[in-house]
Amino acid sequence: MKKRSMETSLADHRGKLIRSIERRLFLKQGLSLGALALLSGCELTDGEGVQKMLLAMSRWNDGAQAWLFNSTKLAPEYPESAITKPFPFNAYYGEDEVRLVDAASYKLELSGLIREKKPWTLPELYALPQTSQITRHICVEGWSAIGKWSGVRFSDFLARVGADATAKYIGFECADDYTTSIDMATALHPQTVLTFRFADQILPPKYGFPMKLRIPTKLGFKNPKHITAMYVTNEYPGGYWEDQGYNWFSGS
Amino acid sequence: MEAAQAQWVKVHPLVVRVTHWINAFAILIMVASGWRIYNASPLFGFRIPNDLTLGGWLAGALQWHFAALWLLVLNGIVYVGYGIFSGHFRRKLFPLTPRAVLSDVLAALRGKLAHDDLAVYNAAQRAAYLAIILCLVVLVLSGLAIWKPVQFQEIAWLMGGYEGARLVHFFAMALMVLIALVHIVMVILVPRTFPTIITGRARRMS
Repeated sequence: MKKRSMETSLADHRGKLIRSIERRLFLKQGLSLGALALLSGCELTDGEGVQKMLLAMSRWNDGAQAWLFNSTKLAPEYPESAITKPFPFNAYYGEDEVRLVDAASYKLELSGLIREKKPWTLPELYALPQTSQITRHICVEGWSAIGKWSGVRFSDFLARVGADATAKYIGFECADDYTTSIDMATALHPQTVLTFRFADQILPPKYGFPMKLRIPTKLGFKNPKHITAMYVTNEYPGGYWEDQGYNWFSGS
Repeated sequence: MEAAQAQWVKVHPLVVRVTHWINAFAILIMVASGWRIYNASPLFGFRIPNDLTLGGWLAGALQWHFAALWLLVLNGIVYVGYGIFSGHFRRKLFPLTPRAVLSDVLAALRGKLAHDDLAVYNAAQRAAYLAIILCLVVLVLSGLAIWKPVQFQEIAWLMGGYEGARLVHFFAMALMVLIALVHIVMVILVPRTFPTIITGRARRMS
């Protein structure tokens, strides 16, 4: 009995030793491969492994940003005199291709983990309690501009339609075929506002008529314009720029 | 045998050598990808030639920048932690007086700066290494302010807000690149310093 247990423990030990040697060989090969990759510069940056590593780091950074996100920390607000004039136009297309949305037939569709999925018309949305903010819009390219937006606090709207606040994501579809999605914590932030006005005027088409979700705690491309549908989900929805490699969380 | 051994002196401890090369690699990625990010919305009237940049386009450059960031910061914490707690900084970078820096820089420009004992940094080296450490600290802080101008708005505020932090980030990068270039030129001029940052030791000049 005792002997057998000793034999097995010896065998175990040998197994460990072999595994350790194999691991060392693997490490050595890995290092040589790494050195080779370094020598052939282009392959280092274009290789599939490197792309996977970069995407994994981007996912890691999503987690780091969600952890850093403080739901009570407010973005700085500015006086009217600080507003950037003219406010820059920005989209994935040129200003001459701005989509025109018909106000009379417009409806905001709701789906997913939402209790009341009845579509909303513009007069119904305009009748909700409104709030204003003058905040800095920061583009992923680096430039920034200060603007004034007004509309209904998004957390109020989500509560009104009975959105599941424990879900992970809210996805958006837009009249210009743009898509994006945000995390629930950001959606519920007090400065996240479903806006219908820019500089106290009904949003002009180039700034996203009939509505833009203004999120001063995220980069500009996470602020969808011309929204026609939104859905609450636990499955990662991605987005137009996010699917091409821009960081998903992109929080400020 | 004993006499031969005595001729070798320790110049750089292992921690310094390892963190130096990781830092050099991280900085190369940060600068090359950062230049591509700069090109997406240049602060000044010039762009960096795309051949000198990394990432291929803005999203790729951002991926590189925010991946190498972790390497730079974690490695920097190890190096600065070691430098402070082992006494390495105190022994190697201090004392440092403006007068000594000036006289060493002038001597270097005349080609007359003696550098016999590689284990002891002259005043010009001390100033340059300290400056590059400070540049990196400012780069990380201004980078945090640009990345998170809401969550780290206190840091951004210190730099004059988001746009101020962009300027600080740019100029700290420019100064760091300048010092790094001078550093490389000095290594080329005094090539026997180069093996010491790999092997850690040098033959004593007698």
